[in-house]
Amino acid sequence: MSGPLRVAPVGCSPRRVGGHDRVTGFQRYAADIHLADELQARLVTIPVARARIISVDTRAARQVPGVRLVMTAADLPQPVPRFGPQFQDRPVLAVGEVKYHGEPVAAVAADSKDAAEEAARLVRVEYEELPAVFTLAAALDPAAPLVQDAALRPGDPLAGTNVLREHRVGWGDVDAATADLVVEHAYTFPIVTQFAIEPHVFMAAPDADGIAVWSSIQHPYWLQKILAGLLDLPLAKVRVLAPDPGGAFGGKQHTKYEPLVAFMARRAERPVRLVLTLEESFQAVRRAAAEVRVRTGFRTDGRLSFQDIEADYLIGAYADIADRVVGKGSYVGAGPYVTPDVRIVARSVLSHTLPSTAFRGFGNPQVNWAVESNLDEGARALGIDRLEIRLRNLAHRGDRFIPFDTPADGAWEQAVRRAAELIGWGSPLPPGRGRGIAVGIKSGPTTGLSYATVRLLADGSAVVYAGTSDMGQGARTVFAQIVSTELGVPLDWVAVVMGDTAVVSYDQQTSASRSTVLMGNAVLRACREIQAGLGAMAARLNGLDASAVIVEHGVVRLPGRELPIIDVLTPGLGPLGGELIGNGEMRKDAEPDHPLGGSAAFFEFNCTAIEAAVDEETGDVTIVRHVTVSDVGKAINPLQVRMQDEGAAIQGLGHTLMEHYVFDEAGRIRNLGAIDYRIPTSMDLPLEMQSDIIENEDGPGPYGSKGMSEGALLCVAPAVAAAVRDATGAVIRDLPLTPERVWRALRERTAR
Amino acid sequence: MRESHRIAFNVNGRRRSLDVAAHHTLLDVIRDDLELTGTKECCLVGECGACTVIVDGRVVDACLVLAVEADGAEITTVEGLAVDGDLAALQAAFLDTGAVQCGFCTPGQLIAAHALLAENPHPTIAEIQEGLAGNLCRCGCYGQITEAVRAVAGEIAP
Repeated sequence: MSGPLRVAPVGCSPRRVGGHDRVTGFQRYAADIHLADELQARLVTIPVARARIISVDTRAARQVPGVRLVMTAADLPQPVPRFGPQFQDRPVLAVGEVKYHGEPVAAVAADSKDAAEEAARLVRVEYEELPAVFTLAAALDPAAPLVQDAALRPGDPLAGTNVLREHRVGWGDVDAATADLVVEHAYTFPIVTQFAIEPHVFMAAPDADGIAVWSSIQHPYWLQKILAGLLDLPLAKVRVLAPDPGGAFGGKQHTKYEPLVAFMARRAERPVRLVLTLEESFQAVRRAAAEVRVRTGFRTDGRLSFQDIEADYLIGAYADIADRVVGKGSYVGAGPYVTPDVRIVARSVLSHTLPSTAFRGFGNPQVNWAVESNLDEGARALGIDRLEIRLRNLAHRGDRFIPFDTPADGAWEQAVRRAAELIGWGSPLPPGRGRGIAVGIKSGPTTGLSYATVRLLADGSAVVYAGTSDMGQGARTVFAQIVSTELGVPLDWVAVVMGDTAVVSYDQQTSASRSTVLMGNAVLRACREIQAGLGAMAARLNGLDASAVIVEHGVVRLPGRELPIIDVLTPGLGPLGGELIGNGEMRKDAEPDHPLGGSAAFFEFNCTAIEAAVDEETGDVTIVRHVTVSDVGKAINPLQVRMQDEGAAIQGLGHTLMEHYVFDEAGRIRNLGAIDYRIPTSMDLPLEMQSDIIENEDGPGPYGSKGMSEGALLCVAPAVAAAVRDATGAVIRDLPLTPERVWRALRERTAR
Repeated sequence: MRESHRIAFNVNGRRRSLDVAAHHTLLDVIRDDLELTGTKECCLVGECGACTVIVDGRVVDACLVLAVEADGAEITTVEGLAVDGDLAALQAAFLDTGAVQCGFCTPGQLIAAHALLAENPHPTIAEIQEGLAGNLCRCGCYGQITEAVRAVAGEIAP
């Protein structure tokens, strides 16, 4: 046997843990797992957004050879169970009424995919199409049909409207505030979808007294809790297996069809497997569209006087986590600036569209697009450089830029200056080129709870148990590097176990760029416990007081000498072998009086600078240079940090330049699927992408790290639109900046 | 009822002979019948490239080819790239440049890049981007994928 590879400490970029299986095809994603005796499921939907279900005739479907179950709402417990992470409003199958295009009315399970598909086509649904609302304007019309039954919202003063909730936050007194210049504009952000290349997968297998569920989910423990409630089972009898998702981007955070397959599996008494098509995934998850009206007050020197922000988000027919997206995303709407008076009013507006959910950036990109663009308007009107106006207003470390939240936790001006330097801000440009610069900020997790266990085995190898989902961000690698650093274990000798609630301890969730900070600290604490155990061993073996022994960075230090950990571990464990076990817990408790239920564990800060060229004839925008600089505290794995930042930047270019859902008059998505919904390909990239990081080791995570991976997406749109305007003078306040939209704006500019 | 056909082809150098339904795609057969799950299923309309395989030296989307059309063919999937358990240079380069995040598109990217290099051993950046334009990566690893292909092509040190 060849010896282990070297220790891979924090700050270097070893090959991704799990990478080997990903390049050989052996990585097992949810759809690659088959269960003995499994049934294949298909959903039954109708081709309209909103309809009253008159009848569901399953007779022909049941006649298809191999069909074992046709499930309708009538076959579920009554009343049909409802669930959701925020509100328990989503039924397991549509009850009485379909509320969005793609909401399942029934589901079929058969021995083969062919039989399931044929049977699903043969389920006859008689329905009556009903008036529906697909836009903010239609949903907010006083005469609009209600998306949610007012009876389901008892005691809610907004129950008679399509506004699910209104979030108000602010400080100072905007109404009394004065300004030398007031700039007011409205900006829109389209519906876009996560488009993970792995479509969503759900499987359930009943056993004697419980159930096992497989899902391509980010939050297995939240799913476990929801299933336990719906099935009236103790948590211990609901086992959720969550293979590493093939991309998630927030879209796989929350429960979707797991309850359906669980009820189907129980009824069929066989495992049931539902693999969504990409089209069905498009109908399951998306980002909320938004219209944001911003009124910004400026002093003549460019200093901000006030921000008055109204943001309406178009969420779907059921809340999912969308209302939290609205509340949290709009909360830092005034940006990383010191602004004396701020008022933010954000509304989550229900509509007969598929439920919106978390998507990288979590409600921030919508408001950021508006507020950063409006800041540019002010700079132009005042004749102040667009970089300078940002630097003049930027919060400095320690500033309470949101008076009741965590103070500014970074030297953010460093990121701004670095981005400006990299883009060559202020240097001459050829004709037809322009530059834009914008900053983005996002509140990190407001609560958190992560447990980790590390086992140091007799041969010096280690196993880490962490309930994070590694969906591409590289959490396995980060945790392995922490263990490698602390316990001196070669990276190849660290196994990271995730994705099984029966084996791995609780983790609240994988979201808000939290895992390096929260689970990372839990892993670090587990390592500390093992180090304490090793210290006690070394003291015992050498007849020393424990205080004379220090264990750190993979070595045991005794007075006058230093030993590799294995030289203490082997004699310390003795002839029976065994292991040392460390547990770590990292908790961020809720703050009940805080508007978000908790202050930010950290802020994600990014500055993006763009150089763009615009084809005056076609409206086509070429990103000549894309600079993205994030304040990450400490890059535990610099290559992974770069991958996250550049990937987020490209994803941001998607909603900036090309992505948007198109609905028809019946509320159907017309560009459903990969042919008509365009995301960036290798042909749509910036001609030059440059990412950089600021590392001041000033974060709350291990070694001073902060969360990252969403930051580089936040402010792509305003930076690009600013560059387009700088290049051409064309003003665009609606995304995406498609060639047609840019072309029209160029014509309007000429006409003026 | 359902028409089935006896077909035979070589997959990753191994002779496979099986009965397939007339309407089943090569992707269905590779994943469900041969249980070679490295080839991924996503859009099923030939747009995303997750199911890219090589059939008789040509890159194809396995979702757009009927299995019966591949009768007698020589097929390479991602499982066929490594040699005797050692990663091919391209696979290693993907890991070293950071071309793999979630990994779901990776098999298709690798196959497409492998075929590209077979045809054009020293592609330019533009040729790589054009050659891989049919393989979507939502994690946005395009720059790193290009870097990996260039490293193998000997353009830059890995």
